[in-house]
Amino acid sequence: MSESARSPDVIIIGGGIQGCSTAVHLGLKGVSALVIEKNYPGRHASGVNAGGVNRIGRFPSELPLSALSLEIWHDIESLVDDDCGFVPNGRVKIAESDAEMEKLRARFHLVRNLGHDYERLLDRHELRELEPDVAEHCVGGIVAPGCGHANPFRTTTAFARKARALGQTILEGVRVEKVSRAAGVWTVRTDSGNFQAPVLVNTAGAWGDRISAQMGEEVPMETIAPMLMVTARMPPVIRGVMGATDRILSIKQVPNGTVIIGGGYRGTADRDAETTVLDYKKLAYNAKIATEMFPKLKGARIVRSWAGIEGRMADAIPVISPSMTEESCFHAFGFSAHGFNLGPAVGRVLSELINAGQTNIPLEAFRIDRFAKA
Amino acid sequence: MKARHDLAVIGAGPAGMAAATLAAELGIDTLVLDEQETPGGQIYRSVEQPSLADLAPLGPDYRRGIELALAFRRSSAELAGGAVVWQIRPDRTINLTRAGDGMEVGADHVLIATGAMERPFPIPGWTLPGVMTAGAAQTLMKSAGLVAEDGVVLAGCGPLLFQLASQYLQAGVRPGAIVETTPRGNYWRAASGLPMAWASEGYLKKGLALLRAIKASGVPFHRRAQNLRVLGETRADALEFESGGKTRWIETPLLLLHQGVVPNANLAMATGITHNWDPVQLCWRPETGHWGGTNREGIAVAGDGAGIGGAVAAEHGGRLAALEIARRLGRITAEERDERATVERAALRRHLRARPFLDSLYRPPDALRRPADDTTLACRCEEVTAGEIRRQAELGLTDLNALKSQSRCGMGPCQGRLCALTAVELLAETHRVDPADIGPLRIRPPARPVDLTAIMAFDDGTIPPEAALPKETAAPGAKA
Repeated sequence: MSESARSPDVIIIGGGIQGCSTAVHLGLKGVSALVIEKNYPGRHASGVNAGGVNRIGRFPSELPLSALSLEIWHDIESLVDDDCGFVPNGRVKIAESDAEMEKLRARFHLVRNLGHDYERLLDRHELRELEPDVAEHCVGGIVAPGCGHANPFRTTTAFARKARALGQTILEGVRVEKVSRAAGVWTVRTDSGNFQAPVLVNTAGAWGDRISAQMGEEVPMETIAPMLMVTARMPPVIRGVMGATDRILSIKQVPNGTVIIGGGYRGTADRDAETTVLDYKKLAYNAKIATEMFPKLKGARIVRSWAGIEGRMADAIPVISPSMTEESCFHAFGFSAHGFNLGPAVGRVLSELINAGQTNIPLEAFRIDRFAKA
Repeated sequence: MKARHDLAVIGAGPAGMAAATLAAELGIDTLVLDEQETPGGQIYRSVEQPSLADLAPLGPDYRRGIELALAFRRSSAELAGGAVVWQIRPDRTINLTRAGDGMEVGADHVLIATGAMERPFPIPGWTLPGVMTAGAAQTLMKSAGLVAEDGVVLAGCGPLLFQLASQYLQAGVRPGAIVETTPRGNYWRAASGLPMAWASEGYLKKGLALLRAIKASGVPFHRRAQNLRVLGETRADALEFESGGKTRWIETPLLLLHQGVVPNANLAMATGITHNWDPVQLCWRPETGHWGGTNREGIAVAGDGAGIGGAVAAEHGGRLAALEIARRLGRITAEERDERATVERAALRRHLRARPFLDSLYRPPDALRRPADDTTLACRCEEVTAGEIRRQAELGLTDLNALKSQSRCGMGPCQGRLCALTAVELLAETHRVDPADIGPLRIRPPARPVDLTAIMAFDDGTIPPEAALPKETAAPGAKA
């Protein structure tokens, strides 16, 4: 076992994109990290999500983090030596009625007033220039040109490989049982023995609340199973990453010609068994909206459908926060299905918190004790 | 097709027909779903209306299928043909597509009898036009009366290869050559199973008769062939191989490959049934109990889908599963079940006696399961090579599902049917572990591709509760 594994500076629980990204950014600063992952990097939400790299429609509190992340995404290869399949083909929210267009316009001005200038409104004609196959009833939309999508598993793997290349250790197939702190040292008990480090990071995703609970930090998080379907390869139907406004739909066609259809309809997850069950009634509704907005999809064949296991906080924004009860512990979990896009930045922000005790990105909204105060 | 049945059998091959016939006889309301319109499965394909006027080439075993299909048709079991089952939910609701429509049917018990499929044969050029599997060629003969033209080359190993060669000869087709890949060592390893095989229902005698007929025909027969490679740019022109210390080339209009069959396990795997690596048959097989039961409550597997035993063994396995289902439904007592099972088990044992011999003799050589040539395609849907799988393994991937996510191997429309066994063996070889340590592919529903419009059939007009979730556009947290 390498030096970073035997006596690391930081132990990271969870080898999803947040944990692997943190290991990479720490490694770049010369801080050694040991990542403990119960399966393999990208096994759950980080590896099986829809791959959206998107800040359109983000909660305003996430915008600064999201902006930093998008900056990193546009130069992702220089960070992890892999382009991660990132395609900045533009993210569009489509308005299906004048009332929806009004909402998009209000959103556009809200974001602009917050000082972010990356969205552009689309009229009926401009929408069709971008998306010639959109249905007749769609009246316009809003686009964020620099956004797009990436390959989620490849991205998480690239972060894991880069972390290892920087000398960090990722233990796969090792389960954390208990964490405790004494005399300034964290001890992490696992099914493969104990590990110790002065600093602990909890990036355990849909299981993150169980780690924080051990520090007396109980948070309202539910386990959700957002479902996705993918078609066989088909001729171009969709150019960018499309979403609906009042209805739920997220849809994109990736470079190999397959179309990924989702948006957040939920199956059921059993996070102990780590299994999900799909709900085809909801997928039927999902398919209906997709074909209503892109009629050419009526000829599509579905080859796979699946659901990820994700933690959703009661207020639908993540916990990214120092522990408020323990020293030298940092949480970043419960990303509420927004995590993939933010991952490259979250690792950087956490590494800054660990190294310098501060970061320029406002994290107040993500404090772990925000629920207690409410 | 009603909304709910006592028993739903998936697959109308020997196991499915035998199980359904017996279940119906025991008063069980039985539905049988099959992708074909008529019963028979692959082994007895089109058995009710054979396309060949003369059944002689198909042999006496095919006639057994006629009897089975007749009994099944006379029973009260209902056959829903043209039905593609693509998901079995834990509550045993079955999702299927029939005539383009998505539908679902419920059952108290489900018997998966999806039979066997041919093992992948990954050699350089195996995906070129002009190459088929021997099984597919045999299906064309059974279902459409189509036979290959003279000069067809059959390569590989296993009973089906010789059976097809003999069928072609009887139908007046003269193969260009038979290229057998069984290594010398297999004969020695198989020898210990010989006495038991000899006593088993004439399997060996039938096999020897086939071989004698092929030899008597004078068709060139190459033994212990190695380093097989399909030559050709846009289509297969010839088969190259080494045999008897020489490199040989045989030009052919059609190359038929075959190296045995393995359980057609995708549906059972997608259903969450535990599968274990079978080190003898070199494939995944479901963990089944005495009566075909699995870790999924009310869902059993029987026939070749539960481990390769052949068509007749499949019948007996199907009936054993039906007996236990009848007991659980209260149609017979445990004593009646056991009494009726005695004869089935005895027959099953007799028919399985030849297995150790056949499994050892026709064990495909490592080199034909784990292509050494890095350019050989492992996954034809996504065009992933053996070299790419080795590279990902060397970069640290140890899990077949991680390999799938990273390389797309197994992500295409076939959902790993044609590549998962190759991929798991390559991963295991690179990491010097057993395939059992790697584990099987997680198969996602739909187990077969489904039209999006068929999925839309499940829309019952209710709007999912997610539609009422706060939208991000509504901007809670705007205070930040």
